[in-house]
Amino acid sequence: MDFRDTPEEAAFRKEVRDWLDANLDRAQMQTQLSVGPPEERIDNLRAWQGKLHEGGWAGVSWPKEYGGRGAGLMEQAIFYQEMARSKAPAPINVIGLGMAGPTIIVHGREDQKQRYLSKILSAEEIWCQGFSEPGAGSDLGALRSSAVQDGDHYVINGQKVWTTLAHVAKWCIFLARTDPEAPKHKGITYFLVDMESPGVDVRPLKQMTGTAEFNEMFFTDVRVPRENILGDLNDGWRVAMTTLMNERGTLGFALSVQARIALDELIAKAKVLKRNGKPAIEDPVIRQRIGQLHVEIEALRLTGYRALSTVIKTGIPGPEGSLGKLLWSESMKRLTDLAMELYGPAGLTTEWKGDDDLKRWAFAALRSRGNTIEAGTSEILRNIIAERVLGLPRHR
Amino acid sequence: MDFGFNDEQEALRQSAREVLTDKAGPAGYRKAMGSKTGTDDALWKTIGELGWAGVAIDEQHGGLGLGLIELVILMEETGRALAPVPFFSTVALAGQLLEQTSPNGGSARRDEALREIASGGARATAALGQKDGRYDAAGVSVKAARTENGWTFSGTASLVPEAHLADFILVVARIEKSRNPEEGLGLFLVPAQALKSKPKPQPSLDGARRLADVRLGKVEVPTDALLAENAWPLVARALDRAAVLLAAEAVGVATAQLERAVAYARERSQFDRPIGSFQAISHKCADMLLVTETARSHVYYAAWALEEGAPDARLAAATAKAAASDAARIVANDSIQVHGGIGFTWEHEMHLFYRRAKFCELYLGDASAWRERVTAALAAAS
Repeated sequence: MDFRDTPEEAAFRKEVRDWLDANLDRAQMQTQLSVGPPEERIDNLRAWQGKLHEGGWAGVSWPKEYGGRGAGLMEQAIFYQEMARSKAPAPINVIGLGMAGPTIIVHGREDQKQRYLSKILSAEEIWCQGFSEPGAGSDLGALRSSAVQDGDHYVINGQKVWTTLAHVAKWCIFLARTDPEAPKHKGITYFLVDMESPGVDVRPLKQMTGTAEFNEMFFTDVRVPRENILGDLNDGWRVAMTTLMNERGTLGFALSVQARIALDELIAKAKVLKRNGKPAIEDPVIRQRIGQLHVEIEALRLTGYRALSTVIKTGIPGPEGSLGKLLWSESMKRLTDLAMELYGPAGLTTEWKGDDDLKRWAFAALRSRGNTIEAGTSEILRNIIAERVLGLPRHR
Repeated sequence: MDFGFNDEQEALRQSAREVLTDKAGPAGYRKAMGSKTGTDDALWKTIGELGWAGVAIDEQHGGLGLGLIELVILMEETGRALAPVPFFSTVALAGQLLEQTSPNGGSARRDEALREIASGGARATAALGQKDGRYDAAGVSVKAARTENGWTFSGTASLVPEAHLADFILVVARIEKSRNPEEGLGLFLVPAQALKSKPKPQPSLDGARRLADVRLGKVEVPTDALLAENAWPLVARALDRAAVLLAAEAVGVATAQLERAVAYARERSQFDRPIGSFQAISHKCADMLLVTETARSHVYYAAWALEEGAPDARLAAATAKAAASDAARIVANDSIQVHGGIGFTWEHEMHLFYRRAKFCELYLGDASAWRERVTAALAAAS
């Protein structure tokens, strides 16, 4: 047991820091509680990822032959920690890097790997994820989009929802039903769909924050070449599981650093804002809640390390991934709840006496409502923990 | 970075689990609870032979020379098996106080006491000199006065775990009045024979770990019974370590409770289905796992941080005890709830776990007390 960096890890961390110091344009810096959606900054963000790629930082743990750095998961985690610590913008191609790419590496043919992977790293081609549908959210296996064979093409029809980055994406990982007769999880195929194909209609979906991070997508008679199937026909559910496993991967290290930064900001705020005429930090109830948030956010850091040690040692992700996401999302809601309470009635405005932070906290409070829903609701995560970790019987 | 145990540590855990499954467990606890002394002398002898009490004591004093992480492993396993022995009071309270006492300029009695724990089978505990079971310097009400031949005490230390079993007791007492309560305190080693009256345990919720008042009035000890003057800094360090060890025990208890709740939820059927298929039950179990594993991560990190003298070691200890006290309470409550009526009966073993969990939760300070320390540290740092 040793929580320090090894000399190699420390050297790697320093290399990341030095590179970020030299290359991160401070004017572009965004804090973790960033107000705006990335859409107007897409070009800048694309350029930023290009810079990361040139520096060799996109795909730290990807194989060298596909343009990655060929380093380990530990280095990948350190990279995300340092990115978050320096408040650097995350790479724009998050779906490509975190989900599509790793799935192509595992299930793709060589020609697919050659075709797609390096352009994911450079952000030349941005990816989106066509999994959820209006009738298939938590119950993903209920998806109804269909793909029917027509010669050497498949013709796709259906509707997808909550699609992050679809409005700027070149490619989409898309689940469609190819065998309507097969049992729910059997007749699904995993496609790589060109978003510039005729029949793809993307409409921004405004969320409760007032911004539109994601979209609805309507697919009408979209023709996809057969070679764009990833993995085998009707084996899409298994391929999709690889994608979903990666969804809760090393990116968590960035989230846990961001959560720590947010808690430190909240503590600083509690020293300034008054409660009953005294600094809020002196209120015993507030102190209890801050202490509890530290317990939770420190647990995120440690849970991440435990998960990583398990994967590095056994090659199999442990239960920590689901536990970490559940804890992170619930904690972020509690943290922003507390921030709003610290502001009191002023928290009902979004601008008050020149406090520049209020606007960010208000946005964060709204945004964090989605944390316990996206990437597996807390209820689905508890099902996963109960059934796959504890071995309890299925709930239906 | 490596968040894992080495092969020797895994082997220690394995052997501890085997021994304790065989010789302790709820049945052993129940027997001890119903006995006059609340302890299992035969098991203590076995533990002595295995050298567990001396795991963290250096080799020159007859120990194995390992560290806090090995002790954490043993505390977790004794918790899991509800071992009815004074392991906590001996290694976590007395042991840590002795270890934090400077070997140089300290008394030869310190070395002797460590040797007796490591290889002599001695049972020990600590009396923090408090009237009402507090753990802070201001709460120390026992006093010690110099005499011609040594020291004489006045006052009573309350709620001392296993005092009736102890061969010797580490006593914190005020030597000098001071405006700063953390100054003027001494740490003494008081052999049980020196006491005027044998500590009589209170009827205790955890019947296999009883609490007793230690009456120190007119008790006399020789000069070299004083192990340290200005002892509070070392006492505070020892209490941080003891808190992490108690937190480790809490994690062990919670793990055993959760395993039983899950096993019961799989086998018990109502409405023609195993109750574990109902989300009202399964989500409770998932939440129990979350708090238990969270506490476990904190405990391992804190043990490492204390051992390495990491800058955040005290904060880590506070975080660990806060998390473990919460886990102890939540899992003790909900694992009984999952069992329904049967879990509420005297015959069932769940209440035995509840009793030990309660000790782990409340002793040395509950979750709120440690959360307050967490925030105090954070607010001071930022």
